[in-house]
Formats: sequence, structure tokens, C-alpha cells
Amino acid sequence: MKRPGSVLRLAAPLKILAQRFTFLGLVAMSVGLMVFGKAEAPLVERARTTVTDAMVPILDAVSRPVATVAEIADRINVIIDVHAENTRLREENERLLRWQAVAHRLETENRSLRDLSRVAPEDTVSFVSARVVADAGGTFVRSVLVMAGTRDAVAKGQTAITAEGLVGRVGEVGERSARVLLLTDLNSQVPVVLESSRERAILAGDNSERPKLTHLAAAARPQIGDRLMTSGHGGVFPPGLPVGIIVAVNDGTARVKPFVEFHRLDHVRLIDFGLSGTLPVGAPPPAPRRGR
Amino acid sequence: MAIPLLATVVAVVFNVVPLRLPDYAPLAPGFVLMAVFYWTVHRPDLMRPWAVFLIGILDDMLSGTPLGVNSLVLLFVHWTIVAQHRVFRGKSFVLIWLAFALVALGAKLLLAAIAFAIGYGLIDPLVLMVQYILTLALYPPLALVMGRAQRLFLPAP
Repeated sequence: MKRPGSVLRLAAPLKILAQRFTFLGLVAMSVGLMVFGKAEAPLVERARTTVTDAMVPILDAVSRPVATVAEIADRINVIIDVHAENTRLREENERLLRWQAVAHRLETENRSLRDLSRVAPEDTVSFVSARVVADAGGTFVRSVLVMAGTRDAVAKGQTAITAEGLVGRVGEVGERSARVLLLTDLNSQVPVVLESSRERAILAGDNSERPKLTHLAAAARPQIGDRLMTSGHGGVFPPGLPVGIIVAVNDGTARVKPFVEFHRLDHVRLIDFGLSGTLPVGAPPPAPRRGR
Repeated sequence: MAIPLLATVVAVVFNVVPLRLPDYAPLAPGFVLMAVFYWTVHRPDLMRPWAVFLIGILDDMLSGTPLGVNSLVLLFVHWTIVAQHRVFRGKSFVLIWLAFALVALGAKLLLAAIAFAIGYGLIDPLVLMVQYILTLALYPPLALVMGRAQRLFLPAP
């Protein structure tokens, strides 16, 4: 009877030691991964996309019922607001009809001018519509996972938009999943122009819901209500995509409300504008456009 | 082993599912933190450090966080509870909730420190505070669900 007792006495501290060792090892591994992830970004990216590829069917399945509930809530809201909405839509329709007439006239004029000056036709672009299956909140990133990847011809650097405007761009691509970095992400910098003054600026995300305008010329006076479009500078985004509207100006810093309501994202359109797409702001001019 | 792990993986998935709530993304509460806390307190034998580590990595991968960040934070949570396990044994829910408040505060501060250390700058304290309060507020319902799962699948040891 003596032996097992002494073994136990010996085993208990050993067990504690082993546990402590495991724990410290795992902590060291976590820290190591943080350092390694910075140094070996492509490798980590591949590991990440492999895991997201594997998880994306589950995310898809889980996100569908949530989307349905949100849709039902939306529909109830619609029923409640139907009268006000109808009035608004009538007014908007009237306004749009006037714009339609203008657009027709401009289109004809544009066509005849193009004929006169023999402008080369603009490249057509290809796009993929993809469902949003995950939406990462929290402290570090603003991004969404979409269910489309390399097998759907999605590529890194492609622009993500909805009917409302610019969403962001594709940051990581797996075979059947891709991560879209939103405008609001800390690492997002979008060259924009103010629609009214044609002043250029950079819309820089800071993980808040309202990204801020930076690199604005000192003389520029951003006004609340100014609309922003992509400027196309830097070759990351094509010019002319609606981005957002200035909602606050404090001490010369303008905060922008994106046109896209990110929490409502359901599907995004990933567009290949043939831009190289990996250039940071201020980088040398982009490679020439690849026609598609 | 399987049930706590599965329940926690569900929390990881739930953490990233688009809930379509306005202004939710920056304030999202830490469901994974809650799940790891719950299982480490109630069944430390079934929530091992390596499982905590893997859950953290999965969370990092799905949410797009730099790898290792959440695993480190969750290991800290796990270690705190295991080191103080006598404090938790047989305590009432309110006391455990109070302990959760302390541990979650530590976890949030650690997260902010890591974010700063790896170049993400200072996190808005207001955002951290709202995240923290939401995490605290949502712990009881989550613990209720986890408790159901525990009673259903894991009779007392």
C-alpha cells in the first residue's frame, strides 16, 4: 500500500508542473503566432483562408435563419411605414423621372460627342455577387466574410460595392470564401473627392462606424452634407463610386457616414475593375489597366 | 470533452454571424470569453488549456484578428480561473457573475494592451466600456443556456 501512495505523492507535483509547462508553452505559442503572423503574412493568410473555407458552409447555414428573422422584422417595419413610404416614393419617383429625362438627353449628347471625338469605349467589367455569411466586430477589424472565392473568379484587391455605394475591397481570398475589408476598417484608406468642391482627400477607417477624412488640403472647408466619391487615385478603387456623406466636422476633422449600411449587408457585388489593387496610398502610379 | 468544446465553438460562430443590428459591430460582446469562462469554472476537467488555445486561434481566424491575440486573452482567463479554482467551487451564481466581471475586465484590459503593443493604437475607452458592459449583461442568459446543455449532456461528475 505504501508504493502507490508515494507514486501519487510524486505524481501530483509532476502533474502540476506538466500543466504549468503546457500552459506556458501555449502562451509562448500565442505570442509566437503574433510575431510570426507579422513576419510571415502570406503563410498565415493561407492558413486563415483554409480555415474560413472549411467553416463557410456552417456560417452560411447559421446566418440564413438570422437573416430571415431580420427580414421579417424589416417587413413588419415596412408595413408600419407603408403610408409615409408611399408618399416619399411618389416624390422620389417624380424627381427621378425628371432625372431620367436629363439622363436620356445627356446620353444622346454623350454618344454624339464620342462619335465626334472617337473616344475608345470603356472596358467592360466582370462581377460576382456574393452572400455575406460572417461579420467580424470587435476591437481589431471591420470585415465581412462572403461566400465566393477563387473558384468564382474572386481575386484579392477587387472592389466590393452594393447599389448604395462602396463597401470596401477584397483582402483575403480562399477557394470558396473571401474576406472583404470594410471602409471602416483601421487599415482602409480610400482616395476620395468631395463632390461639390472637387477637393481630394483620403477616407481613413479607424474601426468606428464613421471613418474620417484625412490628407485634405489646408484650404479645403469640408461641409456637413458634402458627398464623397472615389477619386480613383492610387489605382486601388475605380473613380466615381459613391462613398458617403460628411455628417460631422470637429476641429477640421470631418467624419463620414458611408452610404452603405454595413450592418444590413446581405449580398455584395465583387467587381474586377482590372486594378492592381494592392497599392497603398501614395504608392507609385498603378499598372496600366488590363482589359477584360 | 466534446460538449464544452462544441458549445464554445458555437459561441465562436455566433460571434461572427451577421446579426444585422445597427452599431453592433464595434460593440459586440465577447461570447467566446463567456463560454470559456463558464466551462472553465464548471468543468475545468473538460476545458483544457490546449482546447482554449485552439478556440482562440479559431476565433482569430474567423474574425480576422491577428493570430494569437484571442488565444492569449482566453488562456489568461483560463489560467486565472484554474489558479483560483477554490474560490469558485460551489459558489452562488451571483458570486460567479461577480468573478466574471473581474476576469472580463482583466481580459478587456489585456486585449487593449495587446492591441497597443502590436500597433493597433489606443482603443476608444468608451467602446471598451460598452463592450464590457454588454459582455457582463449577456453572461447570465448565456450561462443559463450553457447550464441547460451541461445538465442535459453532462451529468455531474
